[in-house]
Amino acid sequence: MEASATTTTRATPALGVARRRWHEDLIKALLLLAALISVLTTTGIVLSLAGETVTFFREVGVGEFLFGTEWSPIIKPQSFGVLPLVSGTLLITGICLAVAIPLGLGSAIYLSEYARPRVRKTVKPILETLAGVPTIVFGYFALTFFTPTFLTDILHMDISVFNALSAGIVMGFMVMPTIASIAEDAMSAVPASLREGAFGLGANRLQTSLRVVFPAALSGIVASVVLGASRAIGETMIVLVAAGQIAVISADPREPMYTMTSYIAAIGKGDVATGSVQYKTIFAVGMLLFVITLVLNLISIRFVRKYRQVYE
Amino acid sequence: MSHQPVTAQAFEEAAEAPVVGQASRRTKVEGSAFKWLLIGCIGLSFALLATLLIDVAADGVSRLSLDFITKYGSTVADNAGVRAALLGTLWLMAVCAAFIIPVGVATAIYLEEYADETRWYNRAIEVNIQNLAAVPSIVYGILGLAFLVRGPFGMGSIILAGGLTLGLLVLPVVIIAGREAIRAVPPSIREGSMALGATQWQTIWRQVLPAAIPGISTGVILSLSRAIGETAPLIMVGAATFVAFDPALQSAFTALPIMIFDWISRPSNAVNDYASLAAGAIIVLMVLLLGMNAIAIWLRNRFEQKW
Repeated sequence: MEASATTTTRATPALGVARRRWHEDLIKALLLLAALISVLTTTGIVLSLAGETVTFFREVGVGEFLFGTEWSPIIKPQSFGVLPLVSGTLLITGICLAVAIPLGLGSAIYLSEYARPRVRKTVKPILETLAGVPTIVFGYFALTFFTPTFLTDILHMDISVFNALSAGIVMGFMVMPTIASIAEDAMSAVPASLREGAFGLGANRLQTSLRVVFPAALSGIVASVVLGASRAIGETMIVLVAAGQIAVISADPREPMYTMTSYIAAIGKGDVATGSVQYKTIFAVGMLLFVITLVLNLISIRFVRKYRQVYE
Repeated sequence: MSHQPVTAQAFEEAAEAPVVGQASRRTKVEGSAFKWLLIGCIGLSFALLATLLIDVAADGVSRLSLDFITKYGSTVADNAGVRAALLGTLWLMAVCAAFIIPVGVATAIYLEEYADETRWYNRAIEVNIQNLAAVPSIVYGILGLAFLVRGPFGMGSIILAGGLTLGLLVLPVVIIAGREAIRAVPPSIREGSMALGATQWQTIWRQVLPAAIPGISTGVILSLSRAIGETAPLIMVGAATFVAFDPALQSAFTALPIMIFDWISRPSNAVNDYASLAAGAIIVLMVLLLGMNAIAIWLRNRFEQKW
């Protein structure tokens, strides 16, 4: 084929419309096909969740599911109010963000505005290592060290073995590198001329960082926090291992708590029969989780695009 | 928020401040306090990482021996090993790599070299990939359970299903890293190749891809090091906790994270110390993971090309 292509090329005039090469088009089509696998993945996720969710809602009312305050899908009398799972998720996410936002943004400001290149080159891989620790390992740490040794022995807290506080704090350290990395990207993208202007007017580094760079990078910072929240809501293993499995609406973080993710995993762990109500609850709760994180992800993507448009 | 009003505000505030002269003592103290606060944020995170690594090492080091690697699981803690879990994990990584390398690289090439960004469907593919990168891993587990294990494909809880589920999970990471590597190859290389009469595909295959390979392999290794620690999707696709044979592509399986989870969940007592088994298995997992990261960093530094 190569040979025939060369001879025909020689025969055609050097200037003019190139001959259409069908195998070039074929390759492009194959590549597009590969790109479509990711679209199929999303379709697959939506279809698999929606299918069973619809059959679930034939048995349980949508209102009962979304606004019910009692979650007892196995023990009779059965009850399918998802709010206890949602409130557990929100409380742990709140604790996580209370740790991850200050630590993440503080690190980001330091790396972008203060650190010398050499310091940055050492600090970043270590933060990446922290981000790369498997979440099951964080779960082990929360359960066997953070709760018994740190919270109970050192801080003398009266706290259950499984609790929301420990899971939330440890998760905060897991999410912190994500926030730090995206926020640092956004701050580094702020043009040097803005900083120079501030310095030229007599501002010091603190004033420049907080009053010029931080507001100028705000859309990227919002994106980092929203993505961090999405991570926290979707995190499974830390809560499954360390937060316990009691579906209750409570604001006391020293108590055990169920989240949407840990419920799904706890049911998935047993061999549930296809078509049973428990099997369907996985999909209904999964659908709710997917929709919440989808909204957060789209917000985050939009904000990232915004700062890229302004500065790049 | 656009930056214009911010600069205007900064201008106004700065205009009121004294322009010439020493900064006041208070400003200086504030400045250095702030700097140390920022360093504290990083220091605290490092301290937690160090505590975690030391805690795991202290708990698990007593379990490390050749027997721990070569023996199958057991309910008697002192006889238990991670052989089946380690082989299961290696199998999962092989399946995952075989899936993500061709699909991820092809997608990256399409998006960087062919896709016309003004077309809505190409933008949709892009946003879709960005979103997939942040979908919770347990949702991929549900997808694996409903589509691969049961439902249309009906494979059952086998390595192939587990590996493909992990592959779908990390595919966006490979695509994003692949695109960055391809974008880093300067346009002049492409133009030179095309000017010499090469077709677009010849240019990509013989010029762009070879130059992008170090970046792509770094991305692939980092994706695998994320996949290796994933637990939730494997729970959903029905990984077993007790496997006493060497797994194969179509067999039931267990994996290191599953083994760790199982050992954490068992109550330890004087006879059976499962917690230290979990820590031992974590050490094995972390050695694999950090080894992979080290290779990725080495690749990045060794083959990094400045154009």
